[in-house]
Amino acid sequence: MATIENLPSPSAERPIGFGRLKRKEDARFIRGQGTYLDDIRLPGMVHGAILRSPYAHARVVSIDTSRALAHPNVAAVVTAKDLETLGLAWMPTISYDTQAVLAGDKVRFQGQEVAFVIATDEYSANDALQLIDVEYEPLPAIVNARKALDPDAPLIRDDKAGQHDNLASPTWEAGDEEATNRAFAEADTVVSRDIIYPRCHPAPLETCGIIADFNPQTGQLNIWNGNQAPHAHRTVYAHVAGLAEHMIRIRCSDIGGGFGNKVPVYPGYVCAIAGSIVAGVPVKWIENRTENLVSTGFARDYVMRAEMCSKDGKITGLRVDVIADHGAFDSTAQPTKFPAGFFHIVCGSYDLQASHVKVKAVYTNKAPGGVAYRCSFRITEAVYLVERMVDALALKMKADPIDLRMRSFIAPGQFPYETTTGWTYDSGNYAETMKVAMDIAGYDDLRREQREKRERGELMGIGVAFFTEGVGAGPRKHMDILGLAMNDGADLRVHPSGKAVVSISAQTQGQGHETTFAQIVAEELGIPPEDIEVRQGDTDKSPYGLGTYGSRSTPVSGAAVAVVSRKVRDKARLIAATMLETRPEDLAWEKGRWYVKGDPEKGAMIEDIAVRAYGGEPMPEGMEGGLDAQVIYDPPNLTYPYGAYIAVVDVDPDTAQVTVRRFIAVDDCGVRINPMIVDGQIHGGLAEGIGIALMELLSFDAEGNCLNSSFMDYLIPTALECPDFELGETVTPCPHHPLGAKGVGESPNVGSPPAIVNAVIDALYETHGVDHIDMPCTPARVWAAMQGRPEPPQ
Amino acid sequence: MTINVSMTVNGAQVSHDIEPRMLLVHFVRETLELTGTHWGCDTSNCGACVVRIDGQPVKSCTILAAMCDGHEVATVESLEVEGQLDPIQMGFHERHALQCGFCTPGMLMTTRALLDENPDPTDHEIRVAISGAICRCTGYKNIVSAVRWAAEHEAATANREG
Repeated sequence: MATIENLPSPSAERPIGFGRLKRKEDARFIRGQGTYLDDIRLPGMVHGAILRSPYAHARVVSIDTSRALAHPNVAAVVTAKDLETLGLAWMPTISYDTQAVLAGDKVRFQGQEVAFVIATDEYSANDALQLIDVEYEPLPAIVNARKALDPDAPLIRDDKAGQHDNLASPTWEAGDEEATNRAFAEADTVVSRDIIYPRCHPAPLETCGIIADFNPQTGQLNIWNGNQAPHAHRTVYAHVAGLAEHMIRIRCSDIGGGFGNKVPVYPGYVCAIAGSIVAGVPVKWIENRTENLVSTGFARDYVMRAEMCSKDGKITGLRVDVIADHGAFDSTAQPTKFPAGFFHIVCGSYDLQASHVKVKAVYTNKAPGGVAYRCSFRITEAVYLVERMVDALALKMKADPIDLRMRSFIAPGQFPYETTTGWTYDSGNYAETMKVAMDIAGYDDLRREQREKRERGELMGIGVAFFTEGVGAGPRKHMDILGLAMNDGADLRVHPSGKAVVSISAQTQGQGHETTFAQIVAEELGIPPEDIEVRQGDTDKSPYGLGTYGSRSTPVSGAAVAVVSRKVRDKARLIAATMLETRPEDLAWEKGRWYVKGDPEKGAMIEDIAVRAYGGEPMPEGMEGGLDAQVIYDPPNLTYPYGAYIAVVDVDPDTAQVTVRRFIAVDDCGVRINPMIVDGQIHGGLAEGIGIALMELLSFDAEGNCLNSSFMDYLIPTALECPDFELGETVTPCPHHPLGAKGVGESPNVGSPPAIVNAVIDALYETHGVDHIDMPCTPARVWAAMQGRPEPPQ
Repeated sequence: MTINVSMTVNGAQVSHDIEPRMLLVHFVRETLELTGTHWGCDTSNCGACVVRIDGQPVKSCTILAAMCDGHEVATVESLEVEGQLDPIQMGFHERHALQCGFCTPGMLMTTRALLDENPDPTDHEIRVAISGAICRCTGYKNIVSAVRWAAEHEAATANREG
């Protein structure tokens, strides 16, 4: 029998459980041995390419494919007519709308899919696109959400029976209108702002694509596709294509970033599947960068009007009215039939007296979507709005923005706290986190430096944002996507050798699941993480679940892995009791072994228990052999990570160039499983936030031409735009998560844009009177604001 | 129409008949099946496709394979030699300088070239050197740290050997 001396010894470099463990997945990536979608080749595989609309809104008069079909390397050209015969011309979106797979009647945004060419190679497929003749009859386009509901606006969705305007939703509401009116009537200070969160794009470095391989003999459809939710995709394909769900297998190999962009099902996927069914060979389709930017899931595009009020120096009320631009087809990502994330978090981190929020969505002649770009369903827009409004209020009150926040925070004793929009924050100590950020920043010194610089004519700004997030969607009593509960599964099998395989339904896009989830099993069972293999991304080999987005991997899938590990541990206890000839209740657990209370030398290590579980000796009465378990985890609530961010910017008085000189991020994401990976996630999200605040924008001209259709125009931060981030942490464990973890991936993207914009305004208010600016804060827009001519981004 | 191109790739002589318009990134990935080199943008902005041509870091999406005829090309697959990782590869692992791994081959080839030119770069020199490459995951902080790790490791090794 094993003794304590045999237990594997942990160290800081090699923790058995939580800690800064270096990543397992690095071994292949640093050798160029990752397997991304475009690295996969199948025998007989052909290549697809998509002809896209040059117009934002036009009637399709005719499509002539004869010249393309005459190309010697072209196998087929698919149009809407062909898809109609297969019943695939339209597909459902994740927001209960429909989307054209290939345009038949009209094109409704620039870049919309019109025809799909299949050829022997990628070069030939793209050549053939030039040989398709399409006649269009251009129509007036709507690109400005505020004009979508004008009486003379052209009707975009004339395909929908009963659709007589460009409204894409009912008016959603949350909060209490009357109570809010009272709060405003009683207030001593009121501010209002029109705030736009402009359209931007997740733009993962690897674009979207698919390989579809249908076997007509067996009816098996094999799909390789880097997506964030393989099980949900399989269910959708079963519905769309009428195929048997159990005969579809989706494999996600390595994914070169997702950030929400790889959640939806895109028309190109359906075309490739249809192409493989028709052609009987594997079809690969991978979009180019322009296709990625102009047609796949964009983010944000919220036109917001807000009022905030205060009484006796404390924030008391909030009123919000939003027009959401969902593009030509409503495929916004929502876990409910309303903008849950926005309503959740719009009250911010403050103990308000009342709030009232309205959102309505409109159709425009822009790409469909509204995906969560490192965001939980419009939380980013809400946090940006409320944190900009708090600063606007502080300006009017002539209050320090941190003082106003400190006076208005929800106090630690108020948790669990029900917000005025009806959701329950789980835990927090906001003031403490804010103080840590102030200490790291040296806040008082920064204010002193700012005063000195102003006297020299230099423009320096200090911006603050404090965010609360709701992540880990979500409890089945509140949330679903297309009727699918947002739960996640985990299967854990400890082998006779004592090594283990855990299969999960979450899907990494770079977050390090192979390491983190092995650490969770290691923490719970004491098996070294290098002896635990994490399986994901293969629908035939992993349990059902809704995947990875909205920071839900750790809150939902991580919880599933913890719970399944504990189930295995419980079973191991019963087996150990038989082995040690004692009662289970007489055993105590330490990491890696059950031992007899009062006689710690006498115990059974998990690997010895595994041998017993699979061996020939008797098991406990009535127990099956083996050491494994499975669970489907239904989170009881969302988790509520939060953070205090401080940005220090310099604005060049001559060029209006904004430089983020320092960025301090103090995150409270509860218990950290791998602090190294958590820090890495925060760095990456901060860089994206800098991009959104200063550079990233999808804009359109009046005809609906996308003006940012490549990385020449859609600007992503490089190492020169990013400062050396300064991180801090506080730890408030989540009370309902089995590990106390809250999730972190999206926090930095959510929290950083308002901090940076607040800093830009802080730099310019006193000297130039700038009290508002919309993102991105490009030199042109900042310069215009400095001259008293603020320009909206569209 | 095809033309013959011959070049040295990762120390081995290769010769293929290809379309004249074939980009080097496709030649490396499709013809030679060296898929470590990635493609990310078409417009020479992202740097995922960086390889070295005669030692210089070059974006392989912006050069024809035919233009490399007679030249020496090195891809990410060349870094590990007889089971020994290059210090820059080790640095990226040690300092958590990669997440999804898609930009990593280009970053490795870019920073290897930097260290060959400048064995002791400052943080700012590292940031300038990688400013033609986009990483969407790491925010670059740990990449800078990884390059410093490699520089210090190489200097220590050189001291021991010198």
